[in-house]
Amino acid sequence: MAEVPNVVPALPELFLASAIMAMLMLGVFHPRDTAEKEIKASRLISFLSVITLILAVLLVSTLSGGRLVTFQNMFVSDPFAVYSKILVLIGSALAIVISQGFIERHAMARFEYSILIVFATLGMMMMISANDLIVLYIGLEMQSLSLYVIAAFQRDDTRSTEAGLKYFVLGALASGMLLYGASLIYGFTGTTDFDKLSQLFRGGETEINIGIIFGIVFILAGLAFKVSAAPFHMWTPDVYEGAPTPVTAFFSVAPKIAALALFIRVMIGPFGGLVVEWQQIVVFVSMASMALGAFAAINQRNIKRMMAYSSIGHVGYALIGLAAGTETGIRGTLIYLAIYLAMNIGTFACILCMRRADRMVEGIDDLAGLGKTHPMLALGIVVFMFSMAGIPPLAGFFGKFYIFIAAIEAGLYALAIVGVLTSVVAAFYYLRIVQMVYFDEPDYPLDKPVSRDLGLVIAATGLVIVLFFVYPTPILNGAAAAAASLFGG
Amino acid sequence: MQNFPLLSLLIFLPLVGAVLILVLARGDEAVVARNSRWTALWTSAINFVLSLFVWVHFDTTTADFQFVEYAVWMPAFNINYKMGIDGISMLFVLLTTLLTPICVLSSWECIQNRVKEYMISFLVLETFMIGMFCSLDMVVFYIFFEAVLIPMFVIIGVWGGPGRVYAAFKLFLYTLLGSVLMLLALLAMYFTTGSTDIPTLMAYRFPVEMQIWLWLAFFASFAVKIPMWPVHTWLPDAHVEAPTAGSVILAAVLLKFGGYGFLRFSLPMFPEVSVMFTPLIYTLSIVAVIYTSLVALAQEDMKKLIAYSSVAHMGFVTIGTFTLTVQGVEGAIYMMLAHGIVSAALFLIVGVVYDRIHSRDISAYGGLVHRMPAYSLIFMLFMLASVGLPGTAGFVGEFLILVGAFKANTWVAALAATGLVLGAAYMLYLYRRVIFGKLTKDSLTAILDMNAREIAVFAPLVVLVIFMGVYPGPFLEIMHVSVTNLLTHVDTALKAGQAITVAGR
Repeated sequence: MAEVPNVVPALPELFLASAIMAMLMLGVFHPRDTAEKEIKASRLISFLSVITLILAVLLVSTLSGGRLVTFQNMFVSDPFAVYSKILVLIGSALAIVISQGFIERHAMARFEYSILIVFATLGMMMMISANDLIVLYIGLEMQSLSLYVIAAFQRDDTRSTEAGLKYFVLGALASGMLLYGASLIYGFTGTTDFDKLSQLFRGGETEINIGIIFGIVFILAGLAFKVSAAPFHMWTPDVYEGAPTPVTAFFSVAPKIAALALFIRVMIGPFGGLVVEWQQIVVFVSMASMALGAFAAINQRNIKRMMAYSSIGHVGYALIGLAAGTETGIRGTLIYLAIYLAMNIGTFACILCMRRADRMVEGIDDLAGLGKTHPMLALGIVVFMFSMAGIPPLAGFFGKFYIFIAAIEAGLYALAIVGVLTSVVAAFYYLRIVQMVYFDEPDYPLDKPVSRDLGLVIAATGLVIVLFFVYPTPILNGAAAAAASLFGG
Repeated sequence: MQNFPLLSLLIFLPLVGAVLILVLARGDEAVVARNSRWTALWTSAINFVLSLFVWVHFDTTTADFQFVEYAVWMPAFNINYKMGIDGISMLFVLLTTLLTPICVLSSWECIQNRVKEYMISFLVLETFMIGMFCSLDMVVFYIFFEAVLIPMFVIIGVWGGPGRVYAAFKLFLYTLLGSVLMLLALLAMYFTTGSTDIPTLMAYRFPVEMQIWLWLAFFASFAVKIPMWPVHTWLPDAHVEAPTAGSVILAAVLLKFGGYGFLRFSLPMFPEVSVMFTPLIYTLSIVAVIYTSLVALAQEDMKKLIAYSSVAHMGFVTIGTFTLTVQGVEGAIYMMLAHGIVSAALFLIVGVVYDRIHSRDISAYGGLVHRMPAYSLIFMLFMLASVGLPGTAGFVGEFLILVGAFKANTWVAALAATGLVLGAAYMLYLYRRVIFGKLTKDSLTAILDMNAREIAVFAPLVVLVIFMGVYPGPFLEIMHVSVTNLLTHVDTALKAGQAITVAGR
């Protein structure tokens, strides 16, 4: 009889998996013969999903401490994984909270919705904890397949189905590239284990031949695709615009954070010894993303599309930390991700409040005069926009600040200069929203009142953004510990 | 007494007032407006009294930073909350706390729209401005320096004139572009020294090649802010479109950020390069003085004219700062204070007639002396102060700067002095067209002179501008030790640099 592996490091994942099964059963056997009961079932499952995710946060945080590996060294739990998983879980939980009102109004209130989100979350946690190329791929696919379905969840809406299909086709291509890269790596080194790969490349005795470089480039391209970094960003605007708004909110945070965490783990872990080989690529991807995010968003009229480009830009900033390839850099990226999570969920909660005559509106012009008709909502949007533009004392500034420290430290002056200059360009379109909200006159006011869930999420994330500077230590320390664990030993 | 966080109180009291207005002002629109006005006025007035208290306790015999406060903020990065003032920043703090209540009072009636948000913006702005002048940590400084843009953007954009959106964007993006480069320089300095503490950085000697880049990055930020020719173009737009009180704060305090930055960072931290770039500064300043004076002469819009005169005056300030003589630097600081009061008053003066006629065109006025004698008198006083008439605050600063400039470079002094003549020309020409002549325009026949509230707004400024002109002693005394110390520091650094070069040979 085979030895039972140590399950403790994977306890949150196991818990999540069993909870999903239980909820699936509950949903299936819950009476759903009328629309009303369908909604009821969906509410119940959403509520349980949020509870599950919160419990998972608690479980994950009990694991903080040292580095634990299990399942024949395929699965790792370290402070880096703990930090990233907490962000992902919070992002998913908030996404479910802000979704409920929307899915009920748009005949999407089926219980599978939140279950799919939790499934995707489980995949993300696997990605974050992957210590082997195979686990990496399994986690990634588990996440991606759930995401494709959620993107097309509004099945009687052509835009949504189109978004789902587009995401699937392009996502599959990216997965293919990644897998091809992984197989090249395996072919040239004979192992898929991250620790062994790391030793191989760090030791310096292995000859770095062109096949390995090709493998890394393919993996990089696949990952860049998943984090929607330029030049692999083309799916993002269409999918963000087409997918139902709460799904877009979810896409813009949890999967992105997970994919970036994976990106960091793969680059710093197994390929940490080859920094010189991949640094140039990451620098280029980062610059291109920042520039594209800044310039392409200027002409957008649809706020979801604008947010898509904005998120491309943000990924560019986050990648600066990785490009530095140092502990300070990773720390900066991790802080950035936490702040990005709060800003983005808050912004999307505001976008979800944009309804007129009970229909969602998505034009930037529709925000005109919001400051007069909805003063508190307007204040929220304005705080998020200034924060995204990186104006102190809001949190967004600190995110950029820690990243630029790393860039300067690593001597990446050109990257830092491109970064600050594009942030000025990007400030323009964030300010345009402020202009709409405060400077312009309302023509047709949006609906009132704002739903309670959304109001709470906006208030909570807004407070995090405004008050981050008062007591930044917890996030700084968490990120510092997480970054240190990747470089430990 | 020394342990009491007086400066933090001074900085954050307006913010408390703003939060109070945000949370408590509710109900009927008129009630909200009234409560917000009074809360803002009281908060800023109390803050002014507090700053007077700081002034009384300020020790003019030492160049050290006083009222220093220290709190651990981001230990992982060795970035801390540190506040303190010396003779250079003390006076700017006073200027800020004096002008905020005046701004609130001057907006009493002309702002009827979204009063609550207006007052909140001004109080938040006051917090950021005082914080900027008091910061002794570069990151804290940068945060306040740039945060100012948020309330200013909102003030111009919401309560401004017809072209406000363009003006607000221009102000924001111009200044942001300058500041982000400074941010990178700041991070480079942090990376080199491992500290963001301003006194520590002042003592640190950066290698000259590095100083050049750092100096240029700081210059990008301060030159836009002050503003120097040719990056001054945001200023006329912003001034013209801003509401009166916005223009007042912009001219009186925000422009001083640049001058203060040169004194606090560029001179003490990069002394060699400051000397090296002095010709550049002189050239740009002289172009600013002469060119913008000529431009001012051709203006048809009163606010635009005053805006261009501000650029010319700031040209004097940068000349004075980089003469590196006691007279020049003290004159520059004095000029900034005087300009703070005079330009504030001039914008308020435009605001008075703008509230009545709703036009800033010079051609819309004429012969106001017949209907508004008190107004004409006050206008004359400040117009002459702006020209630099002896006996007014404007004279002392200009005189000291020219003395300093003569010591440093006669040509610079001679060319700068032409600015005085041109200044007199455009101001007198403005005054003649607005105040004198026959009262022929129908719209002006029923115009009323200033009311009690408006006189109350001007009274402190009138007293100050004369007092500072007649008896500059108390103000010069505050800055003297700090300025001397600064110049000695620069001098020592230069000598040390030379010694190293000589030894190297």
